[in-house]
This record gives sequence, C-alpha cells and structure tokens, in this order.
Amino acid sequence: MTINARAYIAGVCEHPRREIPDRSIPQIHAEVALGALADAGLDPSDVDAYLCDSTAGFGAISMAEYLNLHPHFIDSTETGGSSYLVHVGHAAAAIAAGRCHVALITMAGLARSRREAPTARSSGSPEAGFESTWGMSAVTGYALAAQRHMYEFGTTSAQLAEVKVAASLHAQHNPHALLRNPVTVDEVLGSPVISSPLHRLDCCIVTDGGGAVVVVSPEVARDLERRTVKVLGQAEAVKHTDNGRIDLTFTGAAVTGPLAFAEAGVAPTDVDYVSIYDSFTITVVETIEDLGFCEKGDGGRFVLDGALVAPDGRLPFNTDGGGLCNNHPSNRGGMTKIIEAVRQLRGEAHAAVQVPNCEIALAHGTGGSIGTRMGSATLILGQEDA
Amino acid sequence: MTAPLPVPAPGRTPETSAFWDATAAGRLLLAHCDACSTVIWYPKTCCPECGGFSVSWNEASGAGAIYSFTVVYRGPGPFRDAVPFVIAYVELAEGPRVLTNIIGCEPDQVYIGQSVRVVFSDTGEGSALYRFEPSDAAPSGDQ
Repeated sequence: MTINARAYIAGVCEHPRREIPDRSIPQIHAEVALGALADAGLDPSDVDAYLCDSTAGFGAISMAEYLNLHPHFIDSTETGGSSYLVHVGHAAAAIAAGRCHVALITMAGLARSRREAPTARSSGSPEAGFESTWGMSAVTGYALAAQRHMYEFGTTSAQLAEVKVAASLHAQHNPHALLRNPVTVDEVLGSPVISSPLHRLDCCIVTDGGGAVVVVSPEVARDLERRTVKVLGQAEAVKHTDNGRIDLTFTGAAVTGPLAFAEAGVAPTDVDYVSIYDSFTITVVETIEDLGFCEKGDGGRFVLDGALVAPDGRLPFNTDGGGLCNNHPSNRGGMTKIIEAVRQLRGEAHAAVQVPNCEIALAHGTGGSIGTRMGSATLILGQEDA
Repeated sequence: MTAPLPVPAPGRTPETSAFWDATAAGRLLLAHCDACSTVIWYPKTCCPECGGFSVSWNEASGAGAIYSFTVVYRGPGPFRDAVPFVIAYVELAEGPRVLTNIIGCEPDQVYIGQSVRVVFSDTGEGSALYRFEPSDAAPSGDQ
C-alpha cells in the first residue's frame, strides 16, 4: 500500500523563539500544537492521532493528556532528529489505512537555555562500553566521516564551508533566525577547529524551540480553506556500523532516497527545493550524494558556485537558514526541515528565497550520527494539486 | 597545559566481562562465531551474520591501520583539559573497524592508512582501554 496522495500536510508551526527559558517543554509542545492546528483550520477536538518524540515524558501519553487529546493512533518512534519525518510517514500510512484522519505531530526542547549537549543517547545501549571512553562528542563522528570523505574523494574544507555560506545567505532574510549575518568561506575556515577537519562554523547551532505538523486525510484536506501539501512518498532506514565494518562515506539516505523517490514517482531532477539535515556541513554533502543529486564523492564539488543558494541555485536548500543558522531545536533538526518544505510548496517562504513555482520538495532527516549509527528518513512532498 | 588523556572505566555487562577481563591482562580479544567464523564487533555473544549464540574469544594480533581520525580540540567532560587528542577508527588486521584513541605520537603526525598497534591504558578498575600507537613508535608500555 502506498501513501502517495493518501495524506496531506494541512498545518505547520515553528516556534518563533530560539531561547525560551521561561517555558517548560510541555508548554512549548502545546504552543506549537495549537499553532499548527490553527494554521490548518482545525481544533484539538478534531485530532484522532498523536505522534511525538521522547522529550516530554511518557512517550506520546503525557502530552496527549496535557493537550486533552483522545487519539486512537499513537506513535513515539525515536530516531533522534529525524523522528518527525518518520512520524509523517507513519501518520500518512495510518491515514491511508483508514485508522485516523487528523494526525498531530509535535516536538519541543530547551537545549540552549539548559545547555544540553547533543548526546549519542547510548547510555545502556549495547555499544556504549566500546564508544563512551574515547572522548567522543556529537561533532566527533561527523569529523571522522568528513576526514574519510576528504581522503577518498578529495573533498575540501572550503567546499564544506560553501554549505554554511549558503545557509547564512538564506538566514539573513529570516527575522527569527539565531544567526542572521552572512558569512564567507574564509570566515568558516578561520573559525576555530572543533574536531578536525570541522570548524565551529561547520557545526549547527543549539537552540530552544519546537514545531508541529498536522497530517490529514484527503477527505479532511478537501474541506479546509488553507492550501495543503500532498504527501508523495516517504522512507526510513537504519544505517549502522555493520558488525564493525562501517563505511563512513555514505548515510542512510542511500537507502531512503531511492525508496522515497520510487513511491513518489519522481526523480531527483524533478525536485525544486530540498530541506537537507544540516547538523554539520559534511552531513549535507554526503546526503546530497546519497539522494542522487550528484554522484557519490562529487558532493563537495556540487555545492560550489552557489548551487544551494535560493532562488536560482541548481538545488536551493534550507531557505530558512537551516540548523546551521536558523534553528536546531532540542538538537533535532527534522521538524524544521518539514516546515520549510511546506512553506516553499505553499509559496510562503520569504520572497527573497522563495523558489518560483515550487512543485516538488524533499525533506531529509539524519538522526543519531553518521559516524556510528543513524535513523534516516526522506519525505517527498508536492503542491496540493501536483 | 595539556592534561593526560582520561582513562574512564567502561560500563560492563555479563556479556562483555570476558572481553574486559582480558584487557586488564593486556590482551585484546575478538569474539569469533563458532558456526560461521565471523569476527564480531562490538563484542557480543550473538553472531550478527548467522544468528549463532556460540562464540569463542580469540586474541587479536593487535595490529591495524587507521581508517579515519579526528584531532579533538573541544573535548567533553573530563576530556576538556586533554585537548588536543586523537579519536580514530582503526581497522584491525582481523577486519573490524573500532573506535579508539591514537596515542604515542603528536596529533599532527596521525594519518589515514597509518599502521598502528594496540596498547592498553589501565582503568584501575579491572579493565584497560585498548588504544593504539604508531607501529614505528618506540614501545610505550602501559599508559
């Protein structure tokens, strides 16, 4: 059974703030939940499915109670920052199966004001004893991948820096972005090395925040005044160390990309806009290759010459400024990737970065670490009448 | 002033105690599947290739080559004062690529493809961390 055209995104909400020390995490979930429902023109009483991550208590149960929802489809699949792209797929499948009609997906976190470092979430997991003693942090795994990518394919730090430069050019137009100043390749290369070969400006930002998405059935979508976005395809995968034979040069997108494109019935050349998970610049380069926008190993050369810069680049990406400049709430960038893709398909991105007649958009999430194991998810969306 | 690299004791379970007990004696063991001979990493007693639950713990040669590495300038927690230090994937001669530290040389002397050999850093709690140093380094003994 396919989800292609069997579900629609009817509402989205990104919390406008990047530092929210005066709120609890459940409060932020509630704010974005009500914001997304209002965007869709729906009420909390319309919700019959609820999905969230593991950041607000007992799976989806605590927040269902907090919001006084009575869902008969629930899911709190945890794949780190990509969770919400997984949730959209699960919600769409449940809707296609007739199990629910209005699915609410929320996320929230206070990583910035609580100074929470991204963790490998490995405490108690079977690999923990073999990975926790070396001084690893979130950046380390990505640095290992970047070093190997450079070794095998000749990728350079200046090429990686182009990813940050493009994101910063977009963020200057986003009044809510944490970092709004455009930066140059030289500024990226001149920022301190955190874990070689990655510099400070190769790393995403840490923010408080949250976001929500409402996924509905075609019948519900038809009755809404607001312009909706059609779900065309979705795929998720786990890529891990393969019994200790890890290959650091590709990500789970190598699996999810072809599956999602097949379900959507489109090809990479059909895509007008991409939201690519940008925990670090190398994440974007490897993901672009894995999704088929260029050959494996050519990602560093692909991003040159403003290829990622909207609206005229070959592959406009992360027009909100992405996790590198705008928002990476709770150290999880997947929700904001969906939201900006929806803005583009509705024609509601900032005018300076709106892709003209954006018909097909792709959002991709990478949760965990490309240096060890990850949960990857690709979501392909189209205009309402695509 | 760079502090010595911390030697935190790893979490151990009944499944991994044979592995960690051996490290305290200066031996790096690898689980080999008794049914299909797969060399298993990370250490566990279920073969990821054939599903067999019978493994033998055989001593590794201790030789390997660097698959990738990073020089860390911002270390977490107790590693903060030990920067710069090196984290690497070392591909063991037996096949697995293992996360570890490279010691016994300056960080800027580390490169992909470099031949390394295992050395052990005693945690003081009945185990030792398997770290690696360049094969051409003067033997450094226990850290």
